[in-house]
Amino acid sequence: MSVVGLLFLLMGAMAVGSALLVVTTARLVHSALWLVVTLGALAGCYLLLGAEFVAWVQILIYVGAVVVLLLFALMLTRAPTGVQTGLTTGNRVVAAATAGVVGLVLVTVVVAGFGGARVSVDEESVGSATSMGDAIFRHWVLPFEVLSVLLLAALVGAIVLSRGRASSGEETP
Amino acid sequence: MIVQALGVRTVDDLSEFGTDPWWLSLIKAVLIFVFLLLLTLFNIWFERRVVARMQHRAGPNKNGPFGLLQSLADAMKLMLKEDIMVKAADRLLYVLAPVISVIMAFLAFAVIPFGPVVDVPFTDRQTPLQLTDLPVGVLFVIAVASVGIYGIVLGGWASGSTYSLLGGMRSTAQVISYEVAMSLALVAVFLYAGSLSTSEIVNAQQRLWYALILLPSFIIFWVSMVGETNRAPFDMPEAEGELVAGYFTEYSSMKFAMFFLAEYINMVTVSAVATTLFLGGWRAPWPLSLWDGANAGYWPVLWFLAKVMMFMFVFVWLRGTLPRVRYDQFMALGWKVLIPVALLWTVAVATIRAMTLDGGLDRRVLVGGALVAVLLFLLLSIVGERAPKEEPEAEEQPFDPFAGGYPVPPMPGQRLPRPEPAGVVPGGAQPDQEDDTARRSATEEGD
Repeated sequence: MSVVGLLFLLMGAMAVGSALLVVTTARLVHSALWLVVTLGALAGCYLLLGAEFVAWVQILIYVGAVVVLLLFALMLTRAPTGVQTGLTTGNRVVAAATAGVVGLVLVTVVVAGFGGARVSVDEESVGSATSMGDAIFRHWVLPFEVLSVLLLAALVGAIVLSRGRASSGEETP
Repeated sequence: MIVQALGVRTVDDLSEFGTDPWWLSLIKAVLIFVFLLLLTLFNIWFERRVVARMQHRAGPNKNGPFGLLQSLADAMKLMLKEDIMVKAADRLLYVLAPVISVIMAFLAFAVIPFGPVVDVPFTDRQTPLQLTDLPVGVLFVIAVASVGIYGIVLGGWASGSTYSLLGGMRSTAQVISYEVAMSLALVAVFLYAGSLSTSEIVNAQQRLWYALILLPSFIIFWVSMVGETNRAPFDMPEAEGELVAGYFTEYSSMKFAMFFLAEYINMVTVSAVATTLFLGGWRAPWPLSLWDGANAGYWPVLWFLAKVMMFMFVFVWLRGTLPRVRYDQFMALGWKVLIPVALLWTVAVATIRAMTLDGGLDRRVLVGGALVAVLLFLLLSIVGERAPKEEPEAEEQPFDPFAGGYPVPPMPGQRLPRPEPAGVVPGGAQPDQEDDTARRSATEEGD
């Protein structure tokens, strides 16, 4: 096995292992940090596959913004430095089973769809900014626009929800 | 791969990187490390001296020539201080946080170009004055900077103290908000350079600096880089008047020194990024660039340093001049001014760029169109400006300075009672307190 293959396996194992730690650790903030490790390991996988642009965007968006926002929310609500009890839900068996089944379905789909496909990682153009831009803004431009509308709706919805109480109290003409 | 133009060898292709032998990469890495450490020592001294000048003081001038060794002495002193571990701290993260901060600060410098391709002394090798470069170099810098926030956030949380936690939270919100404006400001540069690699962006500025043609981007980047590095007047995460010292309240000794180091390196990093993206990087400024040798050999390092130090001086100048802004004002500036302006500007640049690349439009038409747009905008802003809607008057409640048993500030609409000037004859023509506040607010709204 090549060095890249070995590293890829290591990164994958790291992602899965830290993902398990996310749901099992007894400290809320630590579980957010294990999530950082998971996402970072994923970014490492992308890098090893030659998708440099995707890897750094993954770090920038998920590690640098999403989890930081998560941490922000945790600190805003409750985040003692000590161990917390009762964080694990009572439905853990069902949850684990669901996660396992979803994972199985995803793996099946990917294997069925791309099982025999071979992409040369050495080609520069696989994950570069140019090829990503071409793919998104030529082939996938409609899904991209639909997604952006969806995100905009979510944004407006969040604002409406957060302002709902304040405006219902004021606007009674 | 190496272009020989005007006696300057610049990196033409990214395949130039990654060909260095291991010892050369090691030397470069160590040089960057030492350079940043020395520059930090110098910058601390520089800041103290300049602020002192601005305040008619002398500043540190005892240790070494001009007091230059003062920061070194301070660093030695910090190392000998007791390393305090707070009882309520989360030990692992408490130690890890400053380390993350400082490592991420150093890491970003790997892709900053210091100069063109030069000869390595004592060998017949040639190498670019840059550790490495990626096709997505600038993205790497932004990503690394965003991971660097973890140092502050975790340091604030892991200390287990309220002031630290508040500082960490402020920093989180602050950096996330300003990163958006910062990244948007860079989009225009990418559009013009056609690349995300730092060395190629410097090459693209051979004729004209992007600070001149992309002035709004430059200004937005400049403002947000002050916000991003937690420097005055945007230093709310460590506001000493409100939070003792913010996220590093509980830190001492070397851990504190690491946070300190990270802050100063971050300042240098954002200055270097601004230099690279907007001020032509290591290229000599105009009168100097007439001399052919200015952009060859090791001279560019000097121009690069001069540009970086110019940004550093502005950092210090801001700190010496401006008071700290309030947190809501800061957020309003970020979200309501910088981001919308950056968005508009990005759309405008993309449009102009697309038109120019298609080659379909005369420049005069473009300028005329821009003029019309500006005029329309001004007209709209004048016409569209209505008198602000009368806000419904909140029911008048007399100001109770101890509502709920705690000292509280006045609510909106409430006025602080005027302090009675000493020596006023009691029982004179004093208007009733409530009438007074009502009349005052009425006259103020009439203005």
